[in-house]
Amino acid sequence: MTVQLDARPPVAPAPQRSPGRLSRLDTRLSPYLYIAPFFLIFGIFGAYPLAYTFWVSLHDWDLLGADHPFVGAENYTRLLADADFWHALVNTLGIFVISTVPQLLAALWLANLLNRGLRARTGWRMAILVPNVTSTAAVAIVFGVLFGREFGMINWVLDLVGLDAIQWKSNRFASWVAISAMVDWRWTGYNALILLAAMQAIPRDLYEAAAIDGANRARQFWSVTVPLLKPTIIFCAIIATIGGLQLFTEPRMFHSGTNPIRGGPLRESQTLTMYMFENAFAPHYNFGYGSAVAWLLFALIAIVAAVNVLLLRRLGGVDRPQKGAAR
Amino acid sequence: MSRLWRASPLTYLALVVAAGLSVFPIWWMFVVASRSNDAMGQLPPPVTPGGNLGANIARLFDNTDAYFLTGLINSAVVATTVTVSVVFFSSLAGFAFAKLRFRGRNALLLVIIATMMVPTQLGVIPLYLLMTKLHWNDRLPAVIVPVLVTGFGVFMMRQYAGQAVSDELIEAARMDGCGTARIWWHVVLPALRPAAAVLGLLTFMTTWNDFLWPYAVLNDPANPTVQLSLRALSDGYYQDMSQVFTGTAIATLPLLLVFVLFGRQIIGGIMEGAVKA
Repeated sequence: MTVQLDARPPVAPAPQRSPGRLSRLDTRLSPYLYIAPFFLIFGIFGAYPLAYTFWVSLHDWDLLGADHPFVGAENYTRLLADADFWHALVNTLGIFVISTVPQLLAALWLANLLNRGLRARTGWRMAILVPNVTSTAAVAIVFGVLFGREFGMINWVLDLVGLDAIQWKSNRFASWVAISAMVDWRWTGYNALILLAAMQAIPRDLYEAAAIDGANRARQFWSVTVPLLKPTIIFCAIIATIGGLQLFTEPRMFHSGTNPIRGGPLRESQTLTMYMFENAFAPHYNFGYGSAVAWLLFALIAIVAAVNVLLLRRLGGVDRPQKGAAR
Repeated sequence: MSRLWRASPLTYLALVVAAGLSVFPIWWMFVVASRSNDAMGQLPPPVTPGGNLGANIARLFDNTDAYFLTGLINSAVVATTVTVSVVFFSSLAGFAFAKLRFRGRNALLLVIIATMMVPTQLGVIPLYLLMTKLHWNDRLPAVIVPVLVTGFGVFMMRQYAGQAVSDELIEAARMDGCGTARIWWHVVLPALRPAAAVLGLLTFMTTWNDFLWPYAVLNDPANPTVQLSLRALSDGYYQDMSQVFTGTAIATLPLLLVFVLFGRQIIGGIMEGAVKA
């Protein structure tokens, strides 16, 4: 430092804003102010209805009744003896299984295809994702026609290859398959992209090591890729479970004509959410009974998600990635 | 073997089949929408567009049961409002969770993550009762207000803000006397723009698509969202499929447009989210 030669008068220091009370208040309160909207909205329209569903399910509560007496567990006991409920439960689980398993396998396969040096990378990714961004109700209508009895394109193709036409809407199992096709059409590409992202994070030298050990491509896929993807596969399976067990729009719009909320004349593909809807809203408006269905559906989702995790934990041999890396 | 595996012709063949299966139903939707009803009875089914689109559109908008135009306008209003609001509030809350220190931060974040696991169906019935009390049945606030800010949005913005906004910049702004609100506006929001765009796109598409809750609460056929117009068409006009398909095509068009324009960002958002998950 030298002697200051500048003759100009020293500039008055900018009025240093002392961390006054206002500023302290700002740092203190701002965070709560910023997160408040979520908790406000969720409190009123999320948490409260959740608890209230349970309360309603303990009452005999319908649209027209002036009062709604407390009935305890009666809605639940009635529900457990309700054949239509069990029928819808079986439908839901059936559609869930025959959609989810092929969906995840196909997604895994697609991701594996996309995880290569491809031309027009983004183009392929967009092509397999586009079903996911279409309107669900619109697509369900389109599939309803594709799977039509007389002039549906699927039956026409079956006829071309010499097979008999299938009653896609009035045969219970066939309607499950048709609805599963719709679900898989929408979600396979989405899951493939998620799995692809995880695949790209796998270090290449693991494959080199496996190749040196004499593993061919298929072997590498099953003993390096799949085990390392386990967390992502579990993630996809859980998302598929939460979505699959709540399935509503696809089966609802697959059927048209009279009373489509029943999922066909003999409830061929009525899911639990449709059954809840049928009871809670038009035509019955029995809120108490509908709420009981909602809670049992929630319990079912929790159970199936837990079973999924347990099953998928056993997937593949290698449990810790380090083991593979050390070789 | 540091490079990616090579793609064989077989890889491309498989991808062409997968892409074809993905695109065909959408393509065919537009084919039927552009033809007369005779196309429904033809075998083999026609797979090229016809010249009847104008007549179908006219019939659709003249249809007095479906209220299709009202549905389109309502859906545009609902989806736009929800999108703006979700992005705004989520970026505020995400910033707070990622960059501000306050008591109870971790516990509250856990609550937000937990809310993402709860199925919507569970609350539909009491929500309906609540809307009856508020006299919002059959009115748009019923489908707008409950989703003004979502746990998914907050969580996504929090994840992104954690890595995209530098602490030094925030400190520097504070030294300069910026209040928290100005820091959010001048420092945080510009850095969050890519994630905000993806969140906005996803929110718009989800809201445009929403079916179950509008179906439950908007019972007045004269005031539907576009998805409810489709329901009215599908349930009542299965004799006139080219009109129904014109409706489905128009209801899908905004989504396809968004996807064609921003597909790269949407794919990026999905894949980045996956790695973090």
